Amino acid sequence: MTQTLPRASTLASGLADGVTVMNRNLRKLRHKPGQIIAELTVPVMMVLLFGYIFGSAIAIDGGDNYIEYLMPGLLVMGAALGALSTLTAIARDNSLGVMDRLRSMPMARWAVTFGQTAATLLIGIVGLVVMSAVGLIFGWRAHNGIGPTLGAFGLILLFYYAVSWLGALLGSLVDTEETATRLMTLALPIVMISNVFVPTAGMPKALQVVADWNPVSAAVTACRDLFGNPGVPFGDTTWPIANPVLATVGSALVILAICIPLAVMRFQKNAD
Amino acid sequence: MTAQDAVIWAHGLTKRFGKVHALTGVDLVVPPGSCYGLLGPNGAGKTTAIRVFATITSPDGGEVRVAGYDVVREAQQVRHQIGLAGQYAAVDEDLTGWENLYIFGRLFRLGRRKARQRADELLDEFALSHAAHRLVTTYSGGMRRRLDLIASMIISPKVLFLDEPTAGLDPRSRLQIWDTVRALVDGGTTVLLTTQYLEEADLLADQIAVIDAGTIVARGTPRDLKARIGSRVDVVLQPAQDLTEAAAALTTIAANNTEPDVDPDRRTISIAVAANAITLPEVVRHLDTSGIEVLDVGIRHPSLDEVFLRLTGHQGLTPAPTDLEASHHR
Repeated sequence: MTQTLPRASTLASGLADGVTVMNRNLRKLRHKPGQIIAELTVPVMMVLLFGYIFGSAIAIDGGDNYIEYLMPGLLVMGAALGALSTLTAIARDNSLGVMDRLRSMPMARWAVTFGQTAATLLIGIVGLVVMSAVGLIFGWRAHNGIGPTLGAFGLILLFYYAVSWLGALLGSLVDTEETATRLMTLALPIVMISNVFVPTAGMPKALQVVADWNPVSAAVTACRDLFGNPGVPFGDTTWPIANPVLATVGSALVILAICIPLAVMRFQKNAD
Repeated sequence: MTAQDAVIWAHGLTKRFGKVHALTGVDLVVPPGSCYGLLGPNGAGKTTAIRVFATITSPDGGEVRVAGYDVVREAQQVRHQIGLAGQYAAVDEDLTGWENLYIFGRLFRLGRRKARQRADELLDEFALSHAAHRLVTTYSGGMRRRLDLIASMIISPKVLFLDEPTAGLDPRSRLQIWDTVRALVDGGTTVLLTTQYLEEADLLADQIAVIDAGTIVARGTPRDLKARIGSRVDVVLQPAQDLTEAAAALTTIAANNTEPDVDPDRRTISIAVAANAITLPEVVRHLDTSGIEVLDVGIRHPSLDEVFLRLTGHQGLTPAPTDLEASHHR
């Protein structure tokens, strides 16, 4: 029997597989112009809806311009919700037979989830740019110069990437695409129990504790601080709000450290 | 045949899902270049066996080698030698047919140009080029299944696993798939095929293993298996012919002197004979010398359905569908 010796699954070929999977997910998006339009209009709608409809009734200390307060919150919220699209994407792949075919192929086992999250991240960058542009049109500004501004965007993308892995893990745990979609609707209230729209100081005590410890709040506070936007609390606050950058980076790394190995393991395990 | 010569070699293969014993000690030897049929009803363990062979799931016990490699310790080597297509058409619905093949080609580590070429080639060869750039969602059940089959052939695998490749397909699509499978086997590919259609196993497989409740209950060529049941001689008597006299004459050619089935209303007699033990002219001569006057006489060979019933003691198999809707698997 003549054999051609298979190439060892090296890091380089694994990365190439990851790029192929990413390419696959981006191609899928290309076939859904409706989804692209939605991705682009949602930021505009969110700024209009929250900035002007809610904003007219929300008074914020230390700034009469609500859009300045709102934009860091919307950027983080948009990132958190957008990144969770991995949940339905992975659940859908699992429900079809595609994952079984991939498991029977000589590709790197970890490349599937890495490719998926990389594609989601690319889409997220586009979303972030569009949302920021809309914010700029409606009067939001970053006041602290290029370094802190880039720092804030970097923080949002790190947070986004962590949430996309959380979504990937959850997506591999649910049994159907429908369950995944239902689970997604829970994300909105979880993101909203934070300082995205209003300061937590006015909330009932129990809710305030939850909101202050919500990683979303830390990320939003860090961005407000780095952009020079109003709404960064002084004095007696919880640790994540007092150390928002550290808290955001820390929580993102913890999420990644837990979700990456579990999600990659699930890819193997799901077969049983 | 040794574990090294066989293309698929399983010894004592077991697999459990919680408390359910899906496979309870399967032994299988598939020689190179053959088409091997795994025949059994739903839930018999066919799909589980395929998933173990294709390295998707690991066995709980026993040893399994595919293309000379151990499916657990050398899974990655096995994956370079196999193709998999199944009842759940494992293609991406949100991509075009061409994109599916291109992406799978890339994941088989073909270069960009080679992957493109291969996608064009395969779509052309299997009469799908007209739909190459349409989304798979717009494909019919038969087209989707054909694309799935093609996707398993990108690297010209040494071993091809086909899990109920025609389940739920219309008759014309089934014929197309059968032609493709025959061509592949003629080209030297070893095919392991699961099916619950007797006709399919009979037509395609050189060897058949009948699987029931996680274990193999019989194996052999379709001819061997049918021979185990034997054949039947059916006669329709002339109106004037005495039934008892005819039955007595026919008993002399019956296998092991089994009693003939006599239907006095329809005036027919049916007797079991050993497979290939007697030819039609011999039956006619026998009737003639015994002075039995018949309207009609025939030898009926058993279907695999009867074989299965005899082997497992229950009727588990579905007849081939003639009017099933094209499959929409979700």
